[in-house]
Amino acid sequence: MNLYGVRAIYNFEMARMRRTLMQSVASPVISTSLYFVVFGSAIGSRMGDIDNISYGAYIIPGLVMLSLLMQSISNASFGIYMPKFSGTIYELLSAPVSYLEVVLGYVGAAATKSVILGVIILITAKLFVDYDVLHPFWMFAFLVLTSITFSLFGFIIGIWADGFEKLQIVPLMIVTPLVFLGGTFYSIEMLPEIWQTISLFNPVVYLISGFRWAFYGVSDVHVGISVGMTLLFLTACMVAVWWIFKTGYRLRS
Amino acid sequence: MQPDISVKHLNKVYADGFRALNDINLDIKRGEIFALLGPNGAGKTTLISIICGIVNLSDGEVNAAGYDIVKDYRKARESIGLVPQELNTDAFETVWDAVSFSRGLFGKAPAPDHIEKVLKDLSLWDKRNNRIMSLSGGMKRRVMIAKALSHEPRILFLDEPTAGVDVELRRDMWEMVRKLRENGVTIILTTHYIEEAEEMADRIGVIRQGEIILVEDKSRLMSKLGKKELRLHLQNPLENIPGELTLEPVDLSDDGYELIYTFDSQQEQAGVARLLRTLGDLGIEYRDLQTRESSLEEIFVGLVHE
Repeated sequence: MNLYGVRAIYNFEMARMRRTLMQSVASPVISTSLYFVVFGSAIGSRMGDIDNISYGAYIIPGLVMLSLLMQSISNASFGIYMPKFSGTIYELLSAPVSYLEVVLGYVGAAATKSVILGVIILITAKLFVDYDVLHPFWMFAFLVLTSITFSLFGFIIGIWADGFEKLQIVPLMIVTPLVFLGGTFYSIEMLPEIWQTISLFNPVVYLISGFRWAFYGVSDVHVGISVGMTLLFLTACMVAVWWIFKTGYRLRS
Repeated sequence: MQPDISVKHLNKVYADGFRALNDINLDIKRGEIFALLGPNGAGKTTLISIICGIVNLSDGEVNAAGYDIVKDYRKARESIGLVPQELNTDAFETVWDAVSFSRGLFGKAPAPDHIEKVLKDLSLWDKRNNRIMSLSGGMKRRVMIAKALSHEPRILFLDEPTAGVDVELRRDMWEMVRKLRENGVTIILTTHYIEEAEEMADRIGVIRQGEIILVEDKSRLMSKLGKKELRLHLQNPLENIPGELTLEPVDLSDDGYELIYTFDSQQEQAGVARLLRTLGDLGIEYRDLQTRESSLEEIFVGLVHE
């Protein structure tokens, strides 16, 4: 195992985060805070409770998930796309590192950033909305698991993308709608039955439901199913990464 | 002695069907400077990229430092440093960070002393805290060399290292290459500047359309394929080449003042004596004469256009 190699990649990526603190930490914190102000404090006070939870508190897990997903994907995809774009990827390809080590470095760093960001957002939320966490261990477990899974997903997008546009398409056109329709702002049970069924095809429903269960003990689907679905998606991403490195897809001609 | 790099029956066919390399066989000895020459698109960079692990081989076997580059890729790659042709560098990192990153990536424990030495050797020490984007092209090239040397490789690839580089850097670079060779590093370089290969290389390989058409000791290559030229400066101009000389490989300059006789350097030297005797018989007098050997460049051009 080339641990020095893993550490080099990890530190390189973390240094990139420190350089771009405004973009990678401040901007998601600010935009999430705006949601808390608008939907939590301003409009939230006029909304009824959902499952006996005040509306402002109800939307916290979903909003944290939104930032977590977006940032995991964009951090990891940008991290591996940049060397491809600038041409410095030659060094990575000629280095004595296995694909597992490359993934550990890039995805590890992206996931670390996401976890840090998630914690910062949760602390910020406390300033606007009063909430408690019923199962802190599970809350953190979901935070870490989601960060890893979607950083891995972002890594795949970064390898697949051959232009900056493609890099943006997935987070903006696919992930954002899925999060908004995945129960961030409402309980799935509030939907007509047909939409409830359709919603179950949205993987983000399981993430938000599980995460919310860790906070308040209420969920749209059983927490076991949430964990199972997250692990399933994680496995799918790992298989995709394994295939990418085995075939050299878009990396080695 | 086991070769440092051994390429056996190597083929590369790209996905679009383009055959970039065709049954390449090549051994490169430990500690030599090997120059790979060939016109653009001949397959030089593809060959280097395969040995370094950037491009997958289609068929064949490659060993570097005694390790198979596919099965034992870690060991093989640890021993290789690569300075690619394109000027691809990070932008926002400092010189020091970028070079230290390379060392870690290649599995070596941090060694600030070594990095310091490399940066000083390449006149980068003063710039160590500068962001790479703020450096000039020549300085960026030095950074790429520093990155390649950061993990103390025993094999160094220099792909067109002096393309677009100023005279000073080129001289520094050759100085560095010589020093590396003294320390036992095997160096493989491709270049467009054939005089560089002529000056630096121990052996020369010529690649054309994906095939190695020649591998030879530089000095032997030059004596074997080189032409010699004898120029005679005449006392009085000639209008035509005299009939007695038309069978010899003789040319006359436009002004008629110079007779140029070309011959293979390995050919027995009787031709020169015969020529001079004939001129004496004809009463053609000459003021001066000089001989010249053809340069590697001329040999090279002759080879690839055959």
